[in-house]
Amino acid sequence: MKLHIKNGRLIDPANKIDGQHDLFIVDGKVAAIGSAPAGFTADRSIDASGLVVAPGLVDLSARLREPGYEYKATLESEMQAAMQGGVTSLVCPPDTDPVLDEPGLVEMLKHRARGLNQANVHPLGALTMGLKGEALTEMAELTEAGCIGFAQAEVPITDTTVLLRAMQYAKTFGYTVWLRPQDAHIGRGGIAHSGPLASRLGLSGVPVMAETIALHTIFELMRASGARVHLCRISSAAGIELVRAAKAEGLPVSCDVGAHHVHLTDADINFFDSNARVTPPFRSQRDREAIRSGLLDGTVDALCSDHTPVDDDEKLLPFGEASPGATGLELLLSLTLKWADDYAGQHSKDALSLALSRVTSEAARIAGLDAGTLGVGKAADVVLFDPAARWEVNGAALASQGKHTPFLGYEMAGQVMATIVAGHVAFERKPH
Amino acid sequence: MLNPQLNKHGELQHLLTTEGLPKAIVNQILDTASSFVSVSDREVKKVPLMRGKSVFNLFFENSTRTRTTFEIASKRLSADVINLNIQASSASKGESLLDTIDNLSAMHADMFVVRHSQSGAPYLIAKHLHDTKQNHVHVVNAGDGRHAHPTQGLLDMYTIRHYKKDFSNLTVAIVGDILHSRVARSDIHALTTLGVPEIRAIGPHTLLPGGLDQLGVRTFTNMDEGLKGVDVIIMLRLQNERMSGALLPSAQEYFKSYGLTPERLALAKPDAIVMHPGPMNRGVEIDSAVADGPQAVILPQVTFGIAVRMAVMSILAGNQG
Repeated sequence: MKLHIKNGRLIDPANKIDGQHDLFIVDGKVAAIGSAPAGFTADRSIDASGLVVAPGLVDLSARLREPGYEYKATLESEMQAAMQGGVTSLVCPPDTDPVLDEPGLVEMLKHRARGLNQANVHPLGALTMGLKGEALTEMAELTEAGCIGFAQAEVPITDTTVLLRAMQYAKTFGYTVWLRPQDAHIGRGGIAHSGPLASRLGLSGVPVMAETIALHTIFELMRASGARVHLCRISSAAGIELVRAAKAEGLPVSCDVGAHHVHLTDADINFFDSNARVTPPFRSQRDREAIRSGLLDGTVDALCSDHTPVDDDEKLLPFGEASPGATGLELLLSLTLKWADDYAGQHSKDALSLALSRVTSEAARIAGLDAGTLGVGKAADVVLFDPAARWEVNGAALASQGKHTPFLGYEMAGQVMATIVAGHVAFERKPH
Repeated sequence: MLNPQLNKHGELQHLLTTEGLPKAIVNQILDTASSFVSVSDREVKKVPLMRGKSVFNLFFENSTRTRTTFEIASKRLSADVINLNIQASSASKGESLLDTIDNLSAMHADMFVVRHSQSGAPYLIAKHLHDTKQNHVHVVNAGDGRHAHPTQGLLDMYTIRHYKKDFSNLTVAIVGDILHSRVARSDIHALTTLGVPEIRAIGPHTLLPGGLDQLGVRTFTNMDEGLKGVDVIIMLRLQNERMSGALLPSAQEYFKSYGLTPERLALAKPDAIVMHPGPMNRGVEIDSAVADGPQAVILPQVTFGIAVRMAVMSILAGNQG
C-alpha cells in the first residue's frame, strides 16, 4: 500500500520540520518527505490542502477500562475515540480490575488491542501487586509481556521502604517508574483544591502540600536509588518549581500534566459541577499559570488526556460522591492547540510545533516509544487535522463511552480529519 | 445556570444558600416571617397558603429537630407533608438520588426539603428539575454537608434583627467548629449581605478553614480577645466524633479554651445576645449558666425558625417557573 498525502502543512517537531511538504508512505512506513521516492506510484492520494499533517498523538494516560470496567467503556469504544482524536499510541495505567500485575493480563490486553488494528496500546504494569504497596510485581516478566513502565496509578505507596525497593529494583533493569505525587495521608478523602473556594463550598480539600511532600520524598528516593521517574499529573505551581529544581540538579525525571489542567481552575467547579471533579483537583489561577509556563520552558515534558471514562451512574451524583475523571481522548488535540493559541503563541514563533511536540515526540521519548515523529523509516502514524475548524463539545457526539467532561458546550478549535496507523487509514471524517 | 436559586424573573425558585441571595429577598423573607410569628400564638395555628400542596421532607442524613420544624411549618401552611427517611429506604437499596427525585416527582411533589451529607446535593436536584423542565417544583436546602444551611442562617438573622433592630453597627462572633459548619457559612454570607461591619470567627487553628479572610471574616484563636465588645455571639455545636482525635485532644480542654462561661460573656457588650443552633452540648461549648441565663435567646431562635421556614416555603410556593 502506497499513500501520498499532498498539499498539507507538514509539522514534525522531532525533526524541526514545519512547511508545505508532501508525505509518502510505503508499506506502513514513512518513505519520503517532499519529493516522491524513486518508482513511487500512489495507491491512494489524500489531498491535505488547508490541513496540518503531523505525527499521530502519543497519549501518556488513557484509561480504556478493560479489563473489569466494561460498563464504563470498552476497548472498542475507546479505541474509536482515540482514532477520532488523532491518538495513535496510548499508554494505559494499571488500575483495571484485576490490576495489571500479571503478564497474562497484559498479553490479553495487548492481543485484544492488536485485533482492533487501531491505536497502539502500551500498558503500564503495576509497581506492586494489586497496587497494594507491599510486594513488587514481576517487572521483567511484565516487560516481556509488553509493559513499558511501572506505576501505582492513584494509589500512593504508604511505606517508603517499599517505594525505595521498588525504585531500586526498577533501576536494576532500567525501567521507568511512573508516579503521581500524592501524599497518602494529607488530603486523603479530599475532593477539591484547598483554598477559598473549597472553604466556601464546604468541600474537603486536597492541599498543594499533598503534592509537594510526595515530590520531596520521591526526589530523595531517586537520589538514593538512581531510578528514572516519570511524574504524572503535576497540578501545582509549587510542584512545577520542585520539578524544575530537580531537573536542574540532574535527576533523571520527567513530568506530564493533564490537558484539562492547562485550562481550568477550581472556579470551574461552579455550582458543584461533578464534571469538574478530577484527580488531582483543578487548582488556582496561579497554579494554572505555572503549568502553562512550565510547558513552554520544558519543565513539563508532555501533555496527556488523562482520559477517564465515567458512566452516568457514577457521575450524576453529588460532587463528593461522583467518580473523578473526564473523557479526554477526543479533546487532547484541541486542548493542546488551545494552549498554543491562548498562551504559547505570545512567547514563541513556533508555538504550534512546540505544542505538538508535547503530545508527540516528547511524550514518545518519555514512554520510550519509537513513535511521535515522521522521520523516514519510522512507522507511518499520522494525524491530519484542520486547525481552523471549530466544533462544539457534545457528549452524545463523542465516540468514547465516557460522556462527561468539564468542557461540555465549549467551542474547540482544531478537528481531526484523518488518522493513519502504520500506513493504514483507520479513521476519516466525512466532509459535512 | 447563572444563579440556580433564582428564576428568570429574579424571584426565589429554590433556597439553596444565603450566598449571593439578594438583600431584597432576605428582607422579604424576614418581613414575611414576622407576619407568621403571630400565627403560632393563635388558637387555630394554620393559614391556607399551601393548601393542596405536597411537601416532601427528604432526609438523607438524620435530623429529628430540623425535620420536625419543617414539618410543623408545612402543616401551619396547610400543606400535606410526607417525611422520608432515605437512609432507611431507597438509598440503602441502591437507588440513586436522581431516581428517587424522579419517582417522587411522579407523585406530584411541589416541594422538596432536602438534607444531605454531601455539599452541593440540593444543587444537583435543582439542576435536574431544571433539565427535566419541572420548574413548578421547588427545593429547600435543609443542610448539605459543610456547605449551607440557609434556613438556619435566615432564622439567625431574624433573631438578630428582633433583638438588635439594625445590622449596620454590629459585631458578631461565631465560635467553635467553623471548618465543618454549614451554619457558620450560611450565617457569614447572610450577615455580609445585611451589612454587618464586623464578623469574627473564633476557634483553634484545627477548626478554622483557610480563606476566611476572603469572606471578610476576622479570625481569632483567643476567645477572650475575640469576644471583646461583641453584640452577638453565635455558638456552634461541637460534634461528638470531633471532641477527641487529631482535631482536638478532649472536650474538657476545648471547654477550657473555647467554652462560653459567664466570665467570658462579660467581655462582650452588656446587652450581647447568645445564640446556638442546637442541640447544645452543655459543658462542652457552653456553660449552663449562660445557656439558661438572661442573655441567651436560644429558645426564641427555635420559635422564629418555624416562622422563617413558613416564610421561605410560602414565598417559594408563590413563585412559578
